Amino acid sequence: MTVVELKEKSKEYRRKILKYIFNAKAGHTGGSLSIIDILNVLYNEIINVSPENFHSNLRDRYVQSKGHCVEALYVVLADKGFFPEEDLLTLCQYNSPYIGHPTKYIKGMEQNTGGLGHGLSMCSGMALAAKKDNSPVKVFTVLGDGEMAEGSNWEAMMFAAHYKLDNLCAILDYNKLQITAPNAEVMGLEPIEKKLEAFGWAVRQVDGHNIEELTETLRSLPLEPGKPSFIIAHTVKGKGVSYMENVLKWHHGVPSQEQYELALEELK
Amino acid sequence: MSKPNLEVFSETLQNLAETDKNLYVVTSDSRGSGKLVPFGQRFPEQIVEVGIAEQNLVGVAAGLASMEKKTFAVSPACFLTARSLEQIKNDVCYSDNPVKLIGISAGVSYGALGSTHHSLHDFAVLRAINNITIVAPADNYETEQAIQAATSFNEPIYIRFGKKSMPSRLHADNADASNADSNGLKKSAFNSFQFGKGRIIRDGSDLTFIATGEGVLPAFEAAEKLSKENGIEATVVSMHTIKPLDIGLLGNLAENGKPIITVEEHSVYGGLGEAIASFLMQNGFRNKFKIVGLPDDHTVSGSQNEIFEHYGISKSGLTEMALKIIDTVETRHALSLTSPSAPYQIFD
Repeated sequence: MTVVELKEKSKEYRRKILKYIFNAKAGHTGGSLSIIDILNVLYNEIINVSPENFHSNLRDRYVQSKGHCVEALYVVLADKGFFPEEDLLTLCQYNSPYIGHPTKYIKGMEQNTGGLGHGLSMCSGMALAAKKDNSPVKVFTVLGDGEMAEGSNWEAMMFAAHYKLDNLCAILDYNKLQITAPNAEVMGLEPIEKKLEAFGWAVRQVDGHNIEELTETLRSLPLEPGKPSFIIAHTVKGKGVSYMENVLKWHHGVPSQEQYELALEELK
Repeated sequence: MSKPNLEVFSETLQNLAETDKNLYVVTSDSRGSGKLVPFGQRFPEQIVEVGIAEQNLVGVAAGLASMEKKTFAVSPACFLTARSLEQIKNDVCYSDNPVKLIGISAGVSYGALGSTHHSLHDFAVLRAINNITIVAPADNYETEQAIQAATSFNEPIYIRFGKKSMPSRLHADNADASNADSNGLKKSAFNSFQFGKGRIIRDGSDLTFIATGEGVLPAFEAAEKLSKENGIEATVVSMHTIKPLDIGLLGNLAENGKPIITVEEHSVYGGLGEAIASFLMQNGFRNKFKIVGLPDDHTVSGSQNEIFEHYGISKSGLTEMALKIIDTVETRHALSLTSPSAPYQIFD
């Protein structure tokens, strides 16, 4: 896709995220809007995953460690043809498989996540398996910034560097807000780049809403041969909707009819 | 030849790895404790060390299993089923990644090292998690069978055992299919090993011991003693699979109305005994019933043998319990015109 097309995709995805959250009256709005450009580039430009190859062990793997922002992933997977988009009208409703976190009941989902600090370990195991097989499979995960306080992530980081898993890429959705307050108040991450480097990862900071920069960076993986790659994507929680941007209550806020219409207007 | 189930585990894995390059062992600085040093020397490409990081151990194992590796995650049972419980619940069971979780030195195998190193909670916590089979082999035979079967088992499974020497194959002369009742269920329970199917290792008609793991041996010894010294014949079952429970066999065993004593190296809360009690009550069985295990208390210090003796998980303790429960049954029977009433009694 061209950059212009990808940018249009991002807007379309944002409209759909809001549509289904508005319909369900539930969802993680702010975070879904902050990771959607990353998922857009991953699924449309980078990873080798499709409904056709989903049962092949040679597909790339994406595990969303910050499982709560599943609405963004649902919208992208529907767009890629994994399931009919209208299924998302059942999001979070009684007996619907489209629950508030990723589950393997939905085609296209690799693992069941939702508890934080799980994705990176599982991805490390996957990346190691691919290395053992001399397979071209690449493994990706998106982590939340609040999630970085989970100790298991740091266990996995030691592991991935120790085993030189340069087929593994972790992307930090660094929107700097978590459910209680800014990360800096809840549990500061900084200096995150130095910490990640000290753990043996190759690190790059990018604008997580800049399609060109995301595409170029993700195409250049591994950032350094012999090291796992960590991309710190600076993002804005609620990105694309003016009244949601950087406002804490949109972590899992649901727009009113009026707010929803205003948001669609801004995302035209 | 009797040896620790732990050693049988290690030897069986090596035998399997000889012909299966897709078999992986993941350890958390536990290859020595797991007797896996020879495995690591022979198959260096098939052992994955994660360091002392049990959460990552299970997460990595789930990732490997999802990539079609036959993955054994090996760690002391105490850490594996507590430190990494959320990884077991989410990454293995909920995500349906067929990891073989191996809890080594389970129960009170670490004896005097104390409660940090005991796993008396593992059956209880794992029973309440959907999509996992729980197995505690009694002897060398069951351990070998369980590890072999686990290799091709495409679902999450937890197998735990200790490090004390166990008999090669527990089996009384009277326990064979020709002595079995006409009931096919019971017949099939003699001597074969299959997940979810209890194994009758001794046949008797006065009472029944249903035991698991390293609790089976003292139950068997008590049954032999009762036969020799008291003329009491006990059935002994190795209920190696705690979940799913062999309810067909349980119903068959309970039908004679005789007392049932369960034996396990686990808290009396939430383990084999309570699982069987739940089955019996809900199906209308009113056999006299006693759960023998570790009480809800700070565990006494000592070796595994000493701890077993202390709590009556022993030949003498179980013999005494059997005599008491048989006697109590008769007393209760004489009073059976009155309904049970408080104060209720736990036969401690």
